[in-house]
Amino acid sequence: MFTEEKKNFQISQDSNNVYKPVDEIETSGFIKEIYKKNLPTEIVGTNTKNFIGNKLQCAKVLDLSRLSGIVEYLPEELYIKVKACTPISLIEESLEKNNQQLAFEPIDFGYLKDSKSNKGTAAGQLSCNFSGSRRFKVGSLRDHILGFRGINGKGDIIKSGGTVVKNVTGYDLSKLVTGSFGTLTALTEITFKVLPKKDSISTLVIYSEDNKVITDLFDQLLSSSNEISGAVYMPNELNNKNYTKNIEKIFKFNNLKSEEPFVAVRIEGSKKSINERIQDISQELQTNKMKTSILDFYQSKLFWEKINNLELFSGTKNNLLRAVIPPAESLNLMKYLKNNFKYYIDWCGSLFWIEVLEEENIQIKEIKETIINLGGYLTIVKKSESLSADIDIFTINDTRLLLSQKIKESFDPKKLLNPGKMYRDL
Amino acid sequence: MSNIALPKIDHSTVNKKEYIFNKLKKLTAPENILSHEAEIKPYETDALAAYKQMPLGVILPRNTEEVSNILKFCYQENIKVVPRGAGTGLSGGALPLQDALLISLTKFNKILEIDFKNKCVVAQPGVTNLSITHAVQHKGFYYAPDPSSQLACSIGGNVAENSGGVHSLKYGTTTNNILGVEIVLMDGTICRLGGKTLDQEGYDMLGLICGSEGLLGVITEVTVKILKTPQTVKAALIGFPTHEDGGNCVSEIIANGIIPAGMEIMDKALIVATDNFSKAGYPRDVELLLIVELDGTASEVDELINTIAEISKKNNSSTIKISKNEKERLSFWIGRKAAFPACGAMAPDYYCMDGSIPRGKLAEALKEINKLSKKYNLPVANCFHAGDGNLHPLIMFDGSKKDELRKTEEFGSEILKMCVKFGGVLTGEHGVGIEKRELMCEMFNDNDIQQQLSIKKSLDSKNLLNPGKVYPILRKCAEEGRVHVHRGEEKFPDIPRF
Repeated sequence: MFTEEKKNFQISQDSNNVYKPVDEIETSGFIKEIYKKNLPTEIVGTNTKNFIGNKLQCAKVLDLSRLSGIVEYLPEELYIKVKACTPISLIEESLEKNNQQLAFEPIDFGYLKDSKSNKGTAAGQLSCNFSGSRRFKVGSLRDHILGFRGINGKGDIIKSGGTVVKNVTGYDLSKLVTGSFGTLTALTEITFKVLPKKDSISTLVIYSEDNKVITDLFDQLLSSSNEISGAVYMPNELNNKNYTKNIEKIFKFNNLKSEEPFVAVRIEGSKKSINERIQDISQELQTNKMKTSILDFYQSKLFWEKINNLELFSGTKNNLLRAVIPPAESLNLMKYLKNNFKYYIDWCGSLFWIEVLEEENIQIKEIKETIINLGGYLTIVKKSESLSADIDIFTINDTRLLLSQKIKESFDPKKLLNPGKMYRDL
Repeated sequence: MSNIALPKIDHSTVNKKEYIFNKLKKLTAPENILSHEAEIKPYETDALAAYKQMPLGVILPRNTEEVSNILKFCYQENIKVVPRGAGTGLSGGALPLQDALLISLTKFNKILEIDFKNKCVVAQPGVTNLSITHAVQHKGFYYAPDPSSQLACSIGGNVAENSGGVHSLKYGTTTNNILGVEIVLMDGTICRLGGKTLDQEGYDMLGLICGSEGLLGVITEVTVKILKTPQTVKAALIGFPTHEDGGNCVSEIIANGIIPAGMEIMDKALIVATDNFSKAGYPRDVELLLIVELDGTASEVDELINTIAEISKKNNSSTIKISKNEKERLSFWIGRKAAFPACGAMAPDYYCMDGSIPRGKLAEALKEINKLSKKYNLPVANCFHAGDGNLHPLIMFDGSKKDELRKTEEFGSEILKMCVKFGGVLTGEHGVGIEKRELMCEMFNDNDIQQQLSIKKSLDSKNLLNPGKVYPILRKCAEEGRVHVHRGEEKFPDIPRF
């Protein structure tokens, strides 16, 4: 910002103390002002994921939704550079024209929030670092961020990374900022790595409700060289009026014949290769002794979209937990969950989405302990209205909290950006 | 040694050397402390052998507790520390300082756990990259990142440098293939970041530590992800009459939705040099040679390699060979893997550069490098990890000729600046270390560097851990040296570098 501009800069906002900058320089100017005046500020985009994390009550709101638009998209260089609050839908639309994609599969939290699609913005996705079903094959969202620009807590415009995949120039701040829930920087620009879409998709569905059989299937799939790109387990839904039954409604495909619990395995590639791999996988898993079916291209596309849209929990009022564990512990977690909760497993045994009824404070604490003992971590993605406020949303131990505080201080020394969003002391 | 500035020597540390060593003897067994000149001489440099300096002493701790106690002591006494893995780094990241203790992790050489159920291996940092693959290959698994020095480089060093390899486009670099680390901070705090799960919650400190070049902590344990070995691997060897044709072909392969496991390019100077050196049988009437490697399931590989052959023909390729068997595939790589020694045989000295550029800028970059070669009157041969845009020009010179080293350094510096100008970066995989430190302001402005330094300060408040590396000391863009090999006296000359 030029000196003259600086002199004239005032925090101007509407009656709700919401400031909506039009560019990076205005954003920087605003943060310089809140730094000077010690004003804690909540950073928002299009509010599709603002229910995740602790609730904030800040003096100011920095609304970045006007920082939107594609800056540069070079398909042959496999990257797209966008302004922070560019809608994911716009990015995906542009990539689609070149048969490319964000391979980490951005999760659509719109269904969870309002029962309809809304993937939110690039910055929102980056800030949460939640990845879809392809995670165990292609890496998570953080592995697809090549670089960013943003404003730290002092108002300085900073950047890190670039547009190339091989880059070891300086600390990799892109990783640090990803998943930081806006507590380190106000993002202004993001460069995503993009990847080609495969020609076709098929899904092999294997019906079983035996926990041991299911976890053995996951293990065999992770040990297979057939390059599967998704594996979920969908148990039967509970007969409990407090849980909405969605499976029958959302997974209504001709080839998803049975009402039994099932494992669905995604195979992507050329049609010829898919057919050969399905045969090969069927032999590896000895599915001849099991009931199976195949979802074709269209059914598969829809099926995996619905999985990554979290449609199973569409509009729920209950708590939604996201647990990540070492894959070999999936049997233990299934045994613990029994039929007491509505859940499903993604990432070939590593990721559990668990719905827990309202007011179940003790149960959530117990689940959290179990997950930690299994070597995993738990995030309360959605908190029901009546859940006790003192339950921590994220998992952390003392040493990591201490380190996180140091990192926070290095970006935001006065703790003004989204203070307490992740951890109370951060 | 070039005149690179190092942090001011703290004479108070040097003067109390005896006291320091007496104290250290209480923290680890005396045989793990090296202080005599003959003992510490082998540690005076890493693989950037142009820079040499003797450390105050060398300590070889045996476990995390010892590392923690040693660092705590150094923190209390304000003693600088330089961590070192196998010492194969090419940017001087492990260059000792006269007033610093060098902590060598070579005694951390055990694989602690092979966990096939969770598809990971827990290893001490001194374990070599390749030995991880050796430990799991009997069950058909491997560790994906394959830096050329994988025979000797350590996994701890790989984490510190975020090492890549020729397969980075498809499989990523170290940061994409590790699940957890244990590190010890400068004040002795032991932290575990990540574990056996995919991703971690909260700030991604694992991602921060990876590639931090030993400035933030000493790595004492690494958990890596292992992958199932692909069913089939095939390669194509393709020659082009012009750089533009080769560059266009690479872009079109990617534009066609193909992500090869590896994609390597050599220019004419390197084709001739490597063919003379290794008798690889490369076509000599081409300007550019492209090796494309595909892996995956058999039918997918066959299908895609045929598509690549078609794309190549469309882009005026003059020769195409597709490997019929494993022996032939390996023969395509023989020359490419001999690139460094081949240049060593052509001139008394060579410098290896390491920048990244957007793939589409290849022809333009080669043109620019050849122009610079004429300007400085120094021959250059180029290899390029075309898949991920990582360029390795090898500048040949004679260090015994007056002024030739300075000219080479200037030439190298201009190449790196060109990489940044083309939208690339200063270093793709060798790290900044001491070598490219003063060029950092070509890529980053003061705010960017200050932010990074704030992080450094938050975890190492006294700036005792590996000071003088990565971040400019002079705060100006000086022209510094590159990987310097004199008369084949490269450190670890037997490691294939590519």
